Amino acid sequence: MAELRLAGRGAAPGLAQGVVSVLDAPARRTGRAAGSPAEERAALLGALEQARAEVEALAAATGGEAADMLGFQAAMLADDELARPALDAVAAGAPAPAAWEQAMAAEAAVYAGCGDPVMAARTADLDDMRDRVLAQLAPPGARAAPPPGAVILASDLPLSRFLALDWSRGGAIVLTEGSPGGHVAMLARARSVPMVVGLGVVGLGVLGLGAASAGALAGREALVDATAGEVTLDPDEGTRVAFAARLGEATAARGQAARFRAAPAVTADGTRILVNLNISDVAELDGLDPAICDGIGLVRTELLFHGVGGGASGRATGGAAGVAAGDTAGLPGEDVQHAAYRRIVEWAAGRPVVVRVLDAGGDKPVPGVTPAGESNPFLGLRGLRLLLRHPALFRTQLRALARAAAHGDVRVMLPMVTVPEELDAARALLDAAVHELAEEGVTARRPMLGIMVEVPAAAISVHRFGAEFFSIGSNDLTQYVTAAGRDIGSVASLADPLNPAVLSLVGTVARHGRAHGLGVSLCGDAAADPRCIPQLLAAGLRALSVAPDAVGRTKQAVAAVRLGLEAP
Amino acid sequence: MTGDPLRDDLTADGPSGAAQGEAAVVNAVGLHARPSVKLTQLAKTFACRVEIALSADGPWVDAKSPVKVMRISAPRGATLHVRSTGAGADRAAEAVLSLIRDGFGEAAEPPHGTAHG
Repeated sequence: MAELRLAGRGAAPGLAQGVVSVLDAPARRTGRAAGSPAEERAALLGALEQARAEVEALAAATGGEAADMLGFQAAMLADDELARPALDAVAAGAPAPAAWEQAMAAEAAVYAGCGDPVMAARTADLDDMRDRVLAQLAPPGARAAPPPGAVILASDLPLSRFLALDWSRGGAIVLTEGSPGGHVAMLARARSVPMVVGLGVVGLGVLGLGAASAGALAGREALVDATAGEVTLDPDEGTRVAFAARLGEATAARGQAARFRAAPAVTADGTRILVNLNISDVAELDGLDPAICDGIGLVRTELLFHGVGGGASGRATGGAAGVAAGDTAGLPGEDVQHAAYRRIVEWAAGRPVVVRVLDAGGDKPVPGVTPAGESNPFLGLRGLRLLLRHPALFRTQLRALARAAAHGDVRVMLPMVTVPEELDAARALLDAAVHELAEEGVTARRPMLGIMVEVPAAAISVHRFGAEFFSIGSNDLTQYVTAAGRDIGSVASLADPLNPAVLSLVGTVARHGRAHGLGVSLCGDAAADPRCIPQLLAAGLRALSVAPDAVGRTKQAVAAVRLGLEAP
Repeated sequence: MTGDPLRDDLTADGPSGAAQGEAAVVNAVGLHARPSVKLTQLAKTFACRVEIALSADGPWVDAKSPVKVMRISAPRGATLHVRSTGAGADRAAEAVLSLIRDGFGEAAEPPHGTAHG
């Protein structure tokens, strides 16, 4: 069979070679002999109970938002009302799988039909529950888990399925739907699982395969280049050899980087560089050794408190791909936030943890909080500007952070600061929150308060800001300095963090920090880019904050730098 | 916000145990997944019957069933009616109304306002 190349979008970079394993609802394709109504009833009740136990076990082994989402599913599965219509149909003679599928389709129609995108997004959870119960109803052979290292092909992958799969021996995810901004994509990047989304259904059409007969792809060989967003089925010998060579190189490079991962970062001429982590969810820390980093340089709180299960898919939100934090809103209450921050602080075991307060607006709209219809959201009400308009929301987060600070070195970072008065206003709110907690007799400590430097006005006049630390947000700083958006292909090359104007501002902030004994870090994509690292260090930076899977290559790039400057 | 205003819209019906009231959904996402779980968990802590509805005329649904609570899909800004009957009805209605008013412990922001205690 001639090889077939299919194009999609890369959602988590990397290369993988493996055998296709199709995940979509296996029970629907395996003929299962229906029993008597009583047997079908018992089978459905048993499957529900098994599914609920599975979800509860997963929830117990997971943290953060994923655990909340699974908790919701467990509560739904435990409710007799969920299966009542299906049990009625079974009593009337329907086979259990068909009755269950119909009942869940009716439930999903209610959610999808109410005209509320937040509600419609929850159909992804219903699909997840449906498939989990169907898998229990399938004959034992049909519900075997995909072998480790398989290329998982599905229309979409619910978060709980991703968490339940064994990724320790490689593998990849290929989805015909899905979104690079979704929660699964974020975790795939964190765990270095190559992932392609939006795979061209047109390509499958060439084979005469609709989504319904995607099962015909199972067992075939696939080469996945998730960096380019390309999947090759049934590769020719030449393609296979060339891919194997690239895979070998990538594996060797990762192996080399891995050797640097565990040790502290030091330049070739002996200057110690701090390497911290950027994280968006507590679940990213699962299985990660804190010894690989010097602390957490950026906890993004938008995704951390993204609505229950909202990241599973971009599909149900009207196809709005890339809406990472956009489809559900709202920080949870103080206790829930405190518990999440505390878990991160405890993981860090004494290392500093820099938490960025809610950075909504710009490319991260939050319905009901961010203003709708701004002509240019990147120059609008976002970050701290927005929080200062919502003091109750801000206060809840500050209180939760001050309480978490009693358990470790929590530092609070303010996004999008433009003038010193904004920092002063935030400081007053933080001090008031700490004071209140003390009056209430609640254990708390005032965390350090610093600013993110991403607005040129703040970078140029950094000396005016009485912050206790600085973190350069190089993505936004670069796009504001060059007036060019990274997401606009025609001008993306202008949005270069190595533009001398950007590097000059990095130098300004680094010198200010050094002169006053204040920490300066950089937490944009440039921090993990081997092309940028030499110049960032030359500009005076001594701390970088990167994604967990970039720690090895960042330290490797640092080790190659010869500063040739003053002795450290 | 003190506890007293809660009483104003609660109509208690003596020792036989019946109470009814209403509250606006103020959290940003409305009565969805996480809030539904919280609401049903709270309702289940009371022995009495607890029901909610989008209108005082019903249809009333069991506040202890997450499936039924999700089906009414109350968005932010909706008014939820709560009624309870049986032992401890007063306390149950008050607790549920208080949870709704408190935005289910989630962000409870009026669209452009700031008042929330």
